[in-house]
Amino acid sequence: MTDESPESPGSLMARGTPQSLALGVTIGEGDGGGSMRAPFRADLVGDPALGGLADGVVYTLLDQACGAAVGVAVKARAEMQGRELAMGAMATLDFRIDYVRPARAGADVTARAECLKIDGEVAFIRGAAFETDPDDPIAIVQAAFMISSALVGR
Amino acid sequence: MRETELSPASARFAASPYARFLGLRIELADETVTGVLPFAPHLIGNVVLPALHGGVVGAFLELTALAQLAHVAPDGVAPRTVDVTVDYLRPARAVDSFARAEVLRLGRRVANVRAVAWQGDERRPVATLRGHFLLRRD
Repeated sequence: MTDESPESPGSLMARGTPQSLALGVTIGEGDGGGSMRAPFRADLVGDPALGGLADGVVYTLLDQACGAAVGVAVKARAEMQGRELAMGAMATLDFRIDYVRPARAGADVTARAECLKIDGEVAFIRGAAFETDPDDPIAIVQAAFMISSALVGR
Repeated sequence: MRETELSPASARFAASPYARFLGLRIELADETVTGVLPFAPHLIGNVVLPALHGGVVGAFLELTALAQLAHVAPDGVAPRTVDVTVDYLRPARAVDSFARAEVLRLGRRVANVRAVAWQGDERRPVATLRGHFLLRRD
């Protein structure tokens, strides 16, 4: 494992954003950064009658996981091309989320995302959120991110 | 301007624990709901710009859409989100945000809603949402 430059999107995402830290989001294990976990907290419940984490928490967790997956993909590509990872930013272009079912009462939620393709300055990502079983999703996501030209490397 | 009260279903979205975590307020004037999200440091997603987290902007739009829908839906109907698509038009800066939603179709079982979020200038939206919502009868 080489040192990441502190400005790289992967490390920025891995350190967490003020919002992800406020949600208590932690990095999942063994997924190269595209996996995130939100521990259950009563103050983050959407509908008290249902008792699960709010849609918005699931949304933000997935957005964060998608960003991390892009960061990992950008870093992997830079390594493959044998060049330094440049400083740069990314921005969500569009984000479509299907809420398959409400999150279960009292349960932690995990989000996992993978970058399907980076084409020029656009990265295509898909992801899902679940409690324990990826085949029983709470929500599924398809997103496109813009990455700055510095990260594109051409 | 006619002062009216939010429907109980609509008020529930503004009073949820997560809405309080965000600091979200739902205001009503002339039967139109306005979502107000005062800036707070914990909403930041990009510390360099700085800008609000994309997830916060999406959740803000979704909650505003739900509140508007719950306000116009018949009594005893509670909307639940099926899907939303959010387009991010420009960075949401570290200032207060506002959102308004329009119910394009209120069906018996499903509603179609769009929403827009802006900051200083309503003509320069930071993000838009369109989504489908299931109408459950309590």
